[in-house]
Amino acid sequence: MSNQEKMSCERRRLIVATAAVGGVGAAAAAIPFVASMLPSERAKAAGAPVEADISQIEPGQMKTFEWRGKPVWILRRTQAMLDSLPTLDNDLADPASERSLQPAYCQNPHRSYKPEILVVIAICTHLGCSPTPKLKEGAEEGMTSDWKGGCFCPCHGSTFDFAGRVFKNKPAPTNLEIPPHRYLSDTRILIGEHQEA
Amino acid sequence: MMATQSNYEKYKSDGSYLGNTLEWFDARFPLTSIWRAHLSEYYAPKNFDFWYYFGSLALLVLVIQIATGIFLAMHYKPDAALNADGLPIAFASVSYIMNDVSWGWFIRYMHSTGATAFFVVVYLHMFRAMLYGSYRKPRELLWIFGVLIFLCLMAEAFMGYLLPWGQMSYWGAQVIVNLFGAIPIVGDPLTVWIRGDFVIGDAALNRFFALHVAAIPLVLVGLVAAHLLALHENGSLNPDGIEINKLKNEKGIPLDGIPFHPYYTVKDIVGVAVFLMIFFAVICFAPEGGGYLLEYNNFFPADPMKTPAHIAPVWYFTPFYSMLRAMVWDFFWLDAKFWGVVAMGGGVIILAFLPWLDRSPAYSIKYRGPIFKTLLTIFVIGFLILGYLGTKLPGYKFFGIGLLDGDVIAQIFTLYYFLFFLTMPVWSKMDKCKPVPERVTWK
Repeated sequence: MSNQEKMSCERRRLIVATAAVGGVGAAAAAIPFVASMLPSERAKAAGAPVEADISQIEPGQMKTFEWRGKPVWILRRTQAMLDSLPTLDNDLADPASERSLQPAYCQNPHRSYKPEILVVIAICTHLGCSPTPKLKEGAEEGMTSDWKGGCFCPCHGSTFDFAGRVFKNKPAPTNLEIPPHRYLSDTRILIGEHQEA
Repeated sequence: MMATQSNYEKYKSDGSYLGNTLEWFDARFPLTSIWRAHLSEYYAPKNFDFWYYFGSLALLVLVIQIATGIFLAMHYKPDAALNADGLPIAFASVSYIMNDVSWGWFIRYMHSTGATAFFVVVYLHMFRAMLYGSYRKPRELLWIFGVLIFLCLMAEAFMGYLLPWGQMSYWGAQVIVNLFGAIPIVGDPLTVWIRGDFVIGDAALNRFFALHVAAIPLVLVGLVAAHLLALHENGSLNPDGIEINKLKNEKGIPLDGIPFHPYYTVKDIVGVAVFLMIFFAVICFAPEGGGYLLEYNNFFPADPMKTPAHIAPVWYFTPFYSMLRAMVWDFFWLDAKFWGVVAMGGGVIILAFLPWLDRSPAYSIKYRGPIFKTLLTIFVIGFLILGYLGTKLPGYKFFGIGLLDGDVIAQIFTLYYFLFFLTMPVWSKMDKCKPVPERVTWK
């Protein structure tokens, strides 16, 4: 049989059909391998709520807690810190937190359930670094002289105010995420469970 | 009929013991014909210069990395759990290699210095292609295989960097994996799939180890084979940027060609000797390279609660990292983060289009005009400055002068980097080229 000989249409159809079925089979064979890379059942089960004791946090101080492998900051804001928030609205990318993630009970100007207590996931919304607190006003901690206090992401330079709101023209697109949390008492917070309405 | 002759008929023994052995192999495997086709009767231009060392050196470094990597894998443990001393097992196993394994420090420093050496020779190798137009028709595919090798190398270096499980390992992986999160819609599920968890942890460490030691090296070796086969199809170009195959003698041998072996094998040995002197000098006297080869923060175990105050990738990623940081504006409905990723990825991908962007009549810089020479010089300076700025914190000022704002300079050179390529079809055609000679030239 020479190569020039014309293949019958029926035979060509059979070859195409066989190749198509084989291709589908090969693609289906990838499913278990691709799926095996998803979080395992054990990884999905991890992430229980974490209890945080805030009784030792003085006004103007913060403490870090670990929840789901991520740092969560709890900052007890002073009145001066809270007063600085509304003055910054024009310099922020999302001042009213419309595009940002937070529970409904924290979508307010101070982004918290109790005005003075900020509970925030300290993971930059740009590429996931943990920002460095720069709580002091001015250039003392290496910021610019007009710095009003907040935090600074060392990776790509995003800056956030005392409510975790991101400043304009910085790489981070949205404000820092507020995790679900619930007050067990005045001094204890359960991170990972929602506040009851 | 020469073409139908089998190897058994072509390569007859001269009757010696060695000749008989060779004949036995040739009847069963194309040994002599491969040797001739790719070495002793593979004709390369006789005017190769300094820039032609880096291809063979890249091959040498690949061998070094594979060999040292195998021995490191004998002692390394990809485990993020804490040991009795409270150190992550992976981190502790690297300390163990450094302190307790005989010659472990030497093998590890060969591997870590090898990573840097790989990028040094590959960057120079790529720059050679830009100087002499090595990527031009008919070597476009050869160039594309090269760009794919570069991408593979980046993946390999990135995944290998997670394994010591230090602070820079951890936060570097965190940032790079999150880059994929910038892709609209599929981004977030994709990052979870890559990590195998919601954070960088044991799952990511284990799979990066598997990919680093098995999957990517296999792809890399395959691509290198394809790169070499594509190279040998048309042969190397040369500093004059002209084809030597156009003028051949009566035996079909290019007039300006010399057999690769022994001429270039011997020349490359000189390159290898010089390279190894520098390589082992670094290993013995400056294995950390002042924090550029092994970053100081990576001597601290990974801490998911705290990003180091100064985080930057290893030097070979910094030019592209600067491009990522340069994008701080939202365009259309997509935010700056996405455009940063586009700039970083696009900076590499755009290289693949070089053969079609370059429309210059002359291939080599020797015969190209002032526009190319000027723009290429600025390109190189810009790329180096981007690389330097990528090692610095955002907000860096050159010499502390406010006017020389690093962020703005990075934005300017990022823009230049892309304009250099995108406007190339226009200016490469306009440029005043000198006439190209018939035969290669040399001093």
